Amino acid sequence: MNFKSMTAVAALMLTLPGVSLADPDDDTLIINGETEIVTKAPLPAHMEDANMDQIMSGWHFRSDETQALEMDDFDNPGMIFVDAGLEQWNTVEGSKGNSCASCHEDPSSMKGVRAVYPKWDEKAGEVQTLAMQINDCREANMGAEPYKYDSGPMVNMEALITLQSRGMPVNVAIDGPAADAWAKGKEMYYTRYGQLELSCANCHEDNYGNMIRADHLSQGQINGFPTYRLKNAKLNTVHGRFKGCIRDTRAHTFNPGSEEFVALELYVASRGNGLSVEGPSVRN
Amino acid sequence: MKLSTTLLTLSVLAAGSALAEPVAPSDVQFDDYGAVAESLTGQPGDPAKGAEVLSKRSLGNCVACHQVSALPDVPFQGNIGPMLDGVGDRWNEAELRGIVSDAKKTYPGTMMPSYYRVDDYVRPGNAFTGKAAEGPLDPLLTAQQIEDVVAFLVTLKDQ
Ligand code: HEC
Ligand code: HEC
Repeated sequence: MNFKSMTAVAALMLTLPGVSLADPDDDTLIINGETEIVTKAPLPAHMEDANMDQIMSGWHFRSDETQALEMDDFDNPGMIFVDAGLEQWNTVEGSKGNSCASCHEDPSSMKGVRAVYPKWDEKAGEVQTLAMQINDCREANMGAEPYKYDSGPMVNMEALITLQSRGMPVNVAIDGPAADAWAKGKEMYYTRYGQLELSCANCHEDNYGNMIRADHLSQGQINGFPTYRLKNAKLNTVHGRFKGCIRDTRAHTFNPGSEEFVALELYVASRGNGLSVEGPSVRN
Repeated sequence: MKLSTTLLTLSVLAAGSALAEPVAPSDVQFDDYGAVAESLTGQPGDPAKGAEVLSKRSLGNCVACHQVSALPDVPFQGNIGPMLDGVGDRWNEAELRGIVSDAKKTYPGTMMPSYYRVDDYVRPGNAFTGKAAEGPLDPLLTAQQIEDVVAFLVTLKDQ
């Protein structure tokens, strides 16, 4: 496990008698004084058997200082990467002389997109993540090289597209042709990987709110991705986070972009159905 | 004279430890309740070293999940598992050895890792590199570290 990050809050919680170790807070997240973010929501129907009674954004588990960084885009370090994404959006690349803007005009045309990914792609006959769709466009419609799955340019573009849906409810489909991938992701979520034999559920379902060394465990929701982490001072992708969490169980992890992580992303996204799209968010 | 006594003592000690091969992880004898009566090394544990194993991230990192009032200088003690204060009253030495060696024998399905077990993992890695393990796994703690931890835990009495 990786226990490097330490917050002053964690220290306080451990030393002040009477402060509960177990609770996420009750603050309200409104971004730029206008966009209200749903950070707590009822359990999606498919989670009836889960060991929890509501779903919560990871924002509730962070210190007031970290939370504040996400409440104003001028303070949110993730917004720099949105700017970089906007530049990429308008840049012509590849053999066809196109940029994203050539087909999609303004990024605001992407409103609603983040909220429903990953989703089944009929033509490809597979569940696609937003990153896979971005690369599809680059290859098929621009004649450009795909971005590396977990790379800086990819996360910039994801951040730009995500921002357009901020405040909209996550609503990924788990039935129909997506059902198989979803079931596979669910199985992974409850598999105890590695020499420490820990599943996602061990930490994020059974123990959210508790401290694991200096870390205040959240529900491991992905509605806030991409996530700017103070710890590594960059925007982080969903698959990058999955990779780190599995590595921390002393396991042989999976690769970003792998079929396994696509399935896991669909499943974890569905555990957040009803929370708002929040990215780019700020975490520690 | 004095020197030769010392030498004699040393060689006896050396012979003693050569005899006591640690019990291999797969040979540990658990009873029906998960307790392990026999020492894994035949050598007494060192409670001070045990305390270090509990505290260090690179060793047992037990405080990731447990609070221990007897270790006030160790920062960021987690609260996933029960507080360890008083475990020396709740469990005897054999039971504690069982819990630390493989807690799943005492508490089926527990989140607590098995510190002296090497088989039956899903996608075991090469420590924290994220890469696949190469060859047989080492247990998370050595036999002597388990004994050191047990020696420390038995001192955690409420009175
Ligand atoms: C050993 C404990 C542990 C396990 C097992 C674990 N995680 Fe995590 N995870 C953490 C910690 C600690 C953090 C950082 C604090 C937090 O946000 O919960 C974290 C953070 C996350 C986040 C970021 C949440 C946010 O709001 O930014 C996601 C997503 C996540 N984990 C998903 C997973 C998934 C999926 C799995 C299984 C493949 C998993 N985790 C397994 C400990 C764990
Ligand atoms: C990932 C979490 C985790 C880690 C790391 C961990 N434990 Fe535990 N431990 C638990 C849990 C959870 C329980 C309670 C058993 C249960 O009900 O599942 C427990 C129970 C115990 C008990 C019995 C406590 C009592 O009150 O009766 C002892 C003793 C113990 N652990 C010692 C240790 C030692 C020593 C280490 C490190 C070498 C360690 N634990 C590491 C989670 C952990």
